[in-house]
Amino acid sequence: MAEALLVEGMETRIMSDITAQTAPPARWLTRERVIKWAPLLVLLFLVLLFPFFEWLEDFREAKDHIYLADSRFFSIRNAARIAIAATPALMVAIGVTFIIIMGSIDLSMEGTVSVCAVIFAFAFLGWGGTLASWAWLAIPLALLVGAVVGCINGLVHVRLKIPSFMASLAMGFVGTGFALLLTGGDRIRVEDELFRSLLTVRWFNFPIMCYVALAMLLIAWFIQSRTTLGRNFYAVGGGEELAHASGLNVSRVRIMGFTLAGVFFAMGALLAVGRIGIAETATGNNFMFISITAVVVGGTALWGGIGGVWNTLVGVLIVNVINNGMVVIGLPNYVQDGVLGLLVIAAVVLSTDRKTVSFVK
Amino acid sequence: MYELRQVDKHFPGVHALKAVDFKVNRHEIVGLVGENGAGKSTLMKVIYGAYQPDGGDVTIDGTVVRFQNPRQAMNHGIGMVFQEQSLILNLTVMENIFLGYEQQFVKFGIIDWKAMAQAAKAQLAKVKLDIDPATTTSDLSFAQRQLVELAKVLTLEERIDGDLVILLDEPTSVLAKEEVELLFGLVRDLTKRASFIFVSHRMDEVLELSDRIYVMKDGAVVDVVAHDAADIDAIQHKMVGREVDKEYYREQKQKPYDAAQALVSFDQVSCGRRYNDISFDLHPGEVLCLVGTEGSGREAILRTIFGLETPTAGTVKIKGEQVTSFAAQSGVARGVGYIPRERKIEGIVAGMNVYENMTLSQMPNYSSGGVLKVGEEKAMARTWIERLGIKTPDVYKDCGGLSGGNQQKVVLAKWRSGGADIMLLDHPTRGLDIGAKEDVYEMIREMSAAGVGIILVADTLEEAIGLSHTILVIKDGAFQKRFDGTPGAKPTLYDLVHHMI
Repeated sequence: MAEALLVEGMETRIMSDITAQTAPPARWLTRERVIKWAPLLVLLFLVLLFPFFEWLEDFREAKDHIYLADSRFFSIRNAARIAIAATPALMVAIGVTFIIIMGSIDLSMEGTVSVCAVIFAFAFLGWGGTLASWAWLAIPLALLVGAVVGCINGLVHVRLKIPSFMASLAMGFVGTGFALLLTGGDRIRVEDELFRSLLTVRWFNFPIMCYVALAMLLIAWFIQSRTTLGRNFYAVGGGEELAHASGLNVSRVRIMGFTLAGVFFAMGALLAVGRIGIAETATGNNFMFISITAVVVGGTALWGGIGGVWNTLVGVLIVNVINNGMVVIGLPNYVQDGVLGLLVIAAVVLSTDRKTVSFVK
Repeated sequence: MYELRQVDKHFPGVHALKAVDFKVNRHEIVGLVGENGAGKSTLMKVIYGAYQPDGGDVTIDGTVVRFQNPRQAMNHGIGMVFQEQSLILNLTVMENIFLGYEQQFVKFGIIDWKAMAQAAKAQLAKVKLDIDPATTTSDLSFAQRQLVELAKVLTLEERIDGDLVILLDEPTSVLAKEEVELLFGLVRDLTKRASFIFVSHRMDEVLELSDRIYVMKDGAVVDVVAHDAADIDAIQHKMVGREVDKEYYREQKQKPYDAAQALVSFDQVSCGRRYNDISFDLHPGEVLCLVGTEGSGREAILRTIFGLETPTAGTVKIKGEQVTSFAAQSGVARGVGYIPRERKIEGIVAGMNVYENMTLSQMPNYSSGGVLKVGEEKAMARTWIERLGIKTPDVYKDCGGLSGGNQQKVVLAKWRSGGADIMLLDHPTRGLDIGAKEDVYEMIREMSAAGVGIILVADTLEEAIGLSHTILVIKDGAFQKRFDGTPGAKPTLYDLVHHMI
C-alpha cells in the first residue's frame, strides 16, 4: 500500500515535471497580467469615482440623487466632451507611442503641431478657404509637413548620433519658433463650415472628429501589428543589438519611426484646429506633457518593446477623464496637474521591474 | 592564515564548487589554474565576498567569518584586482583610489584635495608608479591602470590591522612582456606585506610566480602542487583528464564533409589586435571548431564572418565571392546565421513571441509591400516547433518565458527557416542542462548532414573534440595548429591544451 502510494507520488511528480517543462504553472494573478490590465482598471475606477463625489455632495445637501443616473459626469454629453478634448491628444500620443516602443523618445510634438497647424491654415485660406475647393489639398500638405519635420528629427538623431530626446526637443523649439515667424503672433481663423463640421456635425452624439480619430487609431493598430515597420519597432525596442544582428537596418527603422510620428502629430494638429477653429503658435501647447503622460499611464514601457496604441488610448482617456472629472467636481487646475504628475510616477513604478534594473540614469 | 574548508556552492542546475579546501599562508603567492568553467571565478567570488558559500567555512586565523558583500571582505583585508578593470575612467587617479573612502579627507563637508593627493601619492609609491594623482584615469596606459588598481587595493594596508590577501584575476592579459616582468617584481616585493592569489590562463606565468598552485576541475580542487614540484604537462593532464563519451556527442552520426567546395574561406585575415593572419576553409557539412582560451580571438572571427567586424588585412570569401562590405545585413543576405553567446542579449527578443522571433531576420519573405503575412509566419513557426521539438504552449508565447534550451531552438529555427547554410555557433550549449545539450548536438549533426557549414566555439574541449571534423587552435589571436577530427582519430584533450596555453 505504502509502496503504491510512493509510486503514485513519483508519477505525479514526474507528470508535474513534464508540465512544468511544457508550460510554466499558470498563476492567475501574475505580474504581467496586473501590468496589462491595471490601466483599464484605473480608467474604470475613475469613471465610477467622479459620479460618487457628485452623489456625496448632493447627499450632504439632502438632494435627490440616484448614483450614476443623475450624474453630470456620467452622461453621454460629458462623454462626448471628454472625447472631443481627447482626440487631438490621442493622435499626438499615438505618434509618440511608436517612438517609445522603439526605446527612444520624441519631444518635438509641440513645435510640430504648431507648424503643421499654421501651415495648414495658411494653405487652406490661400487656396480657397473651403474644403469644397482645392483648399482640401492643405490637409495632405500638413501631413507632409509633419512627415518632413519627423524625418529631420530622425536624421538628426540617427546620423548625428544625438540622443533622441535632445534632438527632438531642439527640433520642437525650432518648430515653435518657425510657427511664430509665420504668424507673427497672430491667430488664424479657419471658419469654413465644411471643415468645422469635424466638430459641429454629430453622429450618435459624437462629432465626426471622434470617428476620424478612431479611424486613425485603427490604422495605427494595423501598422503596429501587421506591418514589418511595426514589428521592427518592437524588435528595436526589445533588443537593438539583436535587431542589428538579425540584419535589420536599425537606423532606417528609427528614421521611419520619427517620420511616422510626425504624420500623427500633423493629424493631431488638424483635429486641434478643427476643434477650436483657430491655428496659432500656441496650438501645440501642452501636448508634450499630456501625450507622454498618456503613453506612460497607459502602460507602454519607457525603455521600449512593450505596449501599444490601445494602451495609449486608455492612457489618453485616463488623463482626460481626470481633467474633466476634476472640473465637474470643482477642483482647481493646479490640483489636476499635480494628480497627473503623481499618476505618471505611479505608472512607471508599477511597470518597472526593480529587481532587474539596478541603476537608473 | 586565510582558509576555506569544504566550501560548497550551488547554482540552479550546477554544483559549482565541490567541497573545496583552499589555504593561503602569510607572504605566499598562490596560483589558481583550471579550464573555463572549472569554478575559478566562483571560487574567487566566494573569497572576496561576492558570493556566499552554501556549505563549509571561511576562516581567517582560525576564526570563522562570513562576508555578506565585498566591502565586508575588504574590512577583513581581502582585496580584489579585477580582470575587467574596475576603475572609473572619467575620475582622477586619486578619486579612484579612495572611491567610497573619501570620508577620511572630509573636513566640514569639504574634501581636502591636497591631503587626498598626498595620500594617493603614497599609495602609488607602493606600486612604484610616479604619476600625478590628479591625472584623469582615461589618460593612463593599460599597464598603468593595472598598477593603479593594485594601489587602490593596497589602501587596505592602512585601513586594516592584520594580514592582507589580494586576488589578481588575469592581471597580465592586457600587459606587454616587460610590463608583466615589472608587475611580477612588484608582486614579489609586496609579499612582505600581503599574500596573493594569482589566476591566469598563462600556465608559464603561474608557474613562474606562484609558491603553490591549486588545480581546479569541474568545481573541485584536483591537485595542489608546490613551485618546485610543478610540471606544466602534469598540471595540464590534471586540468582536463576526463573520459569522452562518444555516444553523447553523436559521433556515430559524423559524416565526411564535401571538401571540393568552400563556403567560407579566410586568407591571411587579420583584425586589429583581436586576431592575426588567420587562414582556413569551411566546407559544406563540416563542423569546424575554434579552440582557444577566453579572449583568444575566436569570437572576433565569428563576428567577422557575420559582418559585425571589419578585418584590417587579408581576404574573406563567402561562397566564392569576396566580401567587401562588412555589415550584418549583408551577412544575413549571404545565408550566414549567427547564434551568439548571450542569448538574452543577442539571441532572442524577450517580449516578442515565438513566430515574431523566428521571422525577425527574414521579414521580407513574410510580407508584401510592408504588410506582414501573419498566417504564413505562424504556419512556418508551427512547422519548426514540431521539427525541433520546441516546448512552447503555442506560437504566441513570449520567448522570454521559454527555457534556455527552447530559446536556443527558436534562434536556430530562425536561421534555418531562412535558409542559412553557414551557421556560426558561439557557446551554443552554455547554461543548458544535459538533455538540452544533447538536443543541440543532435541539431548540429542534422545540419551538418544537410550540408550546412558550421563554425563552432564550444563550451568545453570535450564538446569541441566530440563534435568537430576540424579543430583550429588559436592562442592570443594567432593560429597554432590544425587537428583533424575524424571519428577514431580525434585529438585528445591534452593535445589541444598543450597548444592553447
